[in-house]
Amino acid sequence: MERRLILPYSSSEEIKKIKAGDSVLISGTLYVGRDQVHKRLSTMIEEGETLPFDFKGNGIYYMGPSPSVSPFPLGAAGPTTSGRMDPYSPLLMEHGLVVMVGKGPRSAGVIDAIKRYSALYLQAFGGCGALYSKKIKKAEMVAFEDLGPEALLRLEVEDFPTICVIDSTGACPYF
Amino acid sequence: MRRLEEEIKSKVIKASRTLDPDIRQKIEEAYQREEKEEARIVLKAILDDIEIAEKTSLPLCQDTGMFWALIRYSSSSPYSLKDLEDTLLSALAKAADEGLFRKSIVSEPVFERTNTMSNMPPVISVELTDEPYSSIDILLKGFGSENCSQTRMLNPTAGREGVLNAALDMVRQAGGKPCPPMFIGIGIGGTADRAAFLSKKALLGKRRHEDERYDDLEEDILRAVNDLKIGAGGLGGSSTALEVNIEYEPTHIAGLPVSLSISCWADRKAHIDVREELWKED
Repeated sequence: MERRLILPYSSSEEIKKIKAGDSVLISGTLYVGRDQVHKRLSTMIEEGETLPFDFKGNGIYYMGPSPSVSPFPLGAAGPTTSGRMDPYSPLLMEHGLVVMVGKGPRSAGVIDAIKRYSALYLQAFGGCGALYSKKIKKAEMVAFEDLGPEALLRLEVEDFPTICVIDSTGACPYF
Repeated sequence: MRRLEEEIKSKVIKASRTLDPDIRQKIEEAYQREEKEEARIVLKAILDDIEIAEKTSLPLCQDTGMFWALIRYSSSSPYSLKDLEDTLLSALAKAADEGLFRKSIVSEPVFERTNTMSNMPPVISVELTDEPYSSIDILLKGFGSENCSQTRMLNPTAGREGVLNAALDMVRQAGGKPCPPMFIGIGIGGTADRAAFLSKKALLGKRRHEDERYDDLEEDILRAVNDLKIGAGGLGGSSTALEVNIEYEPTHIAGLPVSLSISCWADRKAHIDVREELWKED
């Protein structure tokens, strides 16, 4: 089934109605963070520091773009492998993060946490960096600029295509 | 600047934005024959991505990879290997800069992991050849697929079945992570490190073996891998791999090293024959 998801979302019902196997077009705000951002966010949570953005109602996209190519705000901007974020994702979900966008399988621990917190894991199409660049209308630096291509960004996206591979009940028919 | 430098630079930038026609053809055929809906959606997105990258100056994928190069240095070259390598290094640095490649290389692997902000250094191997001129092969090796590489030291009596099962098991473990449909390179023989090198060399392209049993083995591994139904994007279906290539060499009586390298569907590479006119300065 084709669905639309506007981020940040207004009601948890928006998340719960999306089922594994649904095609989901995301519009609105999407934060970007990968390996080092996850490590830093986890350290900040453990040390009780204020996070660089409010997790509530928001989604994070595992991605590190190539340099901007005119007229696009970023260069190629496809997903990176989600499995590397597995050690950190349950803690982030515990602190309110609900939507994760990446590619590839997740650990049993992540699937459990998705079920516990009624979260959502959407898969973007691996390698399709040029395709995703065209779906990004705006990109801003939020934190960790020193990480270069791994910095934490805020994107405005429109009709950003994904497939739900783990839904809020923990259903995961693909891996 | 030498013509060679310009040639390497432009071919490497082109590789980041366009696929060889035969690779694109294989992806199109996979889309035509795919029946699983999710896999069709993924393959369609890939074909759209290829078209967008071709029309814009966007790279196909944000992971423009780590440069992996194989120099085949001809003993009759009128220049030194050092000169050739210097030209290659300079060309790759310019390609990363002018091609707007993502800066993906860190200077040291364990502690600070400081980004070199240049995509330098590449990984370079050298072989000697009796051919009349040298050649250079370059892979833009993305790490989503590279992280799925493995080497296994099989029992020397494991034979054909052992190799097939090891390859299958390594692909099964990779699952949807290397951005299937994938291209698979298998290195067999030598020592552990040599098998790993051969598996990269096998990614350079299809060739017929003198010993046809290896062609058959490639076909059988491809068939068995596709029977795993990992499928495009790891979402099932019939297109897990589009090509399997083997490179093999002599090995020790006590061992049978088997190594696997995977390229994602965006199998980006460049080949340059260093003919005399390319060595001229402009």
